[in-house]
Amino acid sequence: MATQGSEDREAGLAAAGRWRAVYAAVTVVVLVWLGLLAVLTRLYS
Amino acid sequence: MNALDYAVLLCLLLGIAAYGMWRTRERRDLTGYLKGVGRTGWLTIGLSVMATQASAITFLSTPGQGFESGLGFVQNYFGAPFALIVVSAVFLPLYRKLGVYTAYEYLGRRFDSKVRLLGAGLFLLQRGLGAGITIYAPAIVLSTVLGWRLDLTILCSGLLVVAYTVSGGSDAVNLTQKYQIWVIFAGMLAAFFVLMARLPDGLGIGGALALAGKFHKMEAVDFSIDVNRRYTLWTGLLGGFFLALSYFGTDQSQVQRYLSGGSLRESRLGLMFNAVFKIPMQFFILLMGVMLFVFYQFERQPVFFNEVAWNRQAAASGGAGLRAIEAGFGSARAEESRDLRAWLDARRAGDGPAAAAALDSAQAASARAEAARGGAKAALRAADAKTAAGDADYVFISFILRYLPHGLIGLLVAAFFAAALSSKAAELNALGSTTTVDIYRHVVRREATDAHCVAASRVFTALWGAVAIAFALFANLTENLIQAVNIVGSLFYGGILGIFLVAFFLKWIGGTAVFWAAIAAQLLVIALYLTLDISYLWYNAIGCAACVALGAILQGAISLGRRKGAPA
Repeated sequence: MATQGSEDREAGLAAAGRWRAVYAAVTVVVLVWLGLLAVLTRLYS
Repeated sequence: MNALDYAVLLCLLLGIAAYGMWRTRERRDLTGYLKGVGRTGWLTIGLSVMATQASAITFLSTPGQGFESGLGFVQNYFGAPFALIVVSAVFLPLYRKLGVYTAYEYLGRRFDSKVRLLGAGLFLLQRGLGAGITIYAPAIVLSTVLGWRLDLTILCSGLLVVAYTVSGGSDAVNLTQKYQIWVIFAGMLAAFFVLMARLPDGLGIGGALALAGKFHKMEAVDFSIDVNRRYTLWTGLLGGFFLALSYFGTDQSQVQRYLSGGSLRESRLGLMFNAVFKIPMQFFILLMGVMLFVFYQFERQPVFFNEVAWNRQAAASGGAGLRAIEAGFGSARAEESRDLRAWLDARRAGDGPAAAAALDSAQAASARAEAARGGAKAALRAADAKTAAGDADYVFISFILRYLPHGLIGLLVAAFFAAALSSKAAELNALGSTTTVDIYRHVVRREATDAHCVAASRVFTALWGAVAIAFALFANLTENLIQAVNIVGSLFYGGILGIFLVAFFLKWIGGTAVFWAAIAAQLLVIALYLTLDISYLWYNAIGCAACVALGAILQGAISLGRRKGAPA
């Protein structure tokens, strides 16, 4: 059974074992969205 | 709307509500009623969090904002994913560890009773002020364009949401939201496909985006550092971060959604789902508005999208002036449409100079049409001060009623009501829970049993529902509604967030210091709002920073006073 501490750290996902890795991945995805929107602005303005 | 549309509308709305009530009919204990039975998975939580934030205002008004101002409003959401990460990493584990029902209960454990009551009171005040908006917003627009009675529309939708929220509590809200948001997604996608199919032949998505860009509708990111600009990259990242951190981390309507997760993992994944999809979803809704703008450059466009209000004034005595403006607008638009078709032909033929000339001519005609539209709004306001001079909320629904096939019209109208019900349900659920847990059981009846508290929570939820319905029935809300909701939120959220940040990160600051600091910060924000003309998103950061800084100063003064007063 997962303890409180391990549940807080371990995400248990195949692609990202720890929550830190999940947050890093989400940050990268969001930065990609922002980058794409900046490119869209540049292309069509 | 015909019989098929009404059948789709009623089946979807009543079916989802009835299913939610039936599935949650056994919720009798306090934990089950306020936090659910603890089996809720991440997708339900993610969709529920999304449905709570995205009200009918989002789906009715935002395409209108895209139509009028382009993609810039998407920047409002740039800080949200980062705020969701902080909520997931810091706020959520503490709430779960302490097993609290409300976010304000945590403040009582960390500080004292008065800070808990202040947090709960600010939430109840802020949500109470906006209580009717989520019901009123779609009701005023839909009743106007569909010819329904406004009071009956408000009453029917209000009573429906009160019924299933009172009956099933938190689980009923989560469950109905999950299905309601699928209805919304299906409706929005259907509308988008119909819109794209109705664009002129040969234009294509690339041509449509290029044309929108020529009319300055594609400016999604603005790097300007002018603080008076409402939406820039910086207001979005910084102001939007504080707004979202306060909303997702301390607003009970959201906290209650993710506290119902089966485990910390499920709750966190639900929040991360929103962190990833929030910006694309808002972008898509705004893009719909931009594509509507492109569509209406080739099709007949009303001078004022709230055509009922326009026709009423045009038919009244003195309406000749309005009809003259309408004629001027129509001829400018017809000229623009002709020029744009010439631009399209020249573009297809690869004739660059001809395309550029046609586009210049179209832009000149568009400027004349926009001037006529501005004149129309001013004339309408002069003729009847009560008539809203903004028509952005009517752009999308006008398109739906005129160009979508029957059946899909019912689906879209159901989607707007589903969005209204889902956000209203979460709001009522949170208002009822906070009143019960932080006020009633904490101050009035400390010895109340769980069964008594469930009954009290049902009564308070129903009472808040009655307040919301009454507010919606008697309010006279005429501004662009989504901005009104966000401005009210921004004035209160900063101070509340300041209290929570002190609680989490500045352990040496006590209850008395943060209590007075929060009150002073709130007064400061209101004073600044009345005197300055800056983007409302900044008030989140200002309120929060003022609360934290004043809390630190006051705590320093209190500690110094104690040391001086202590015997040598």
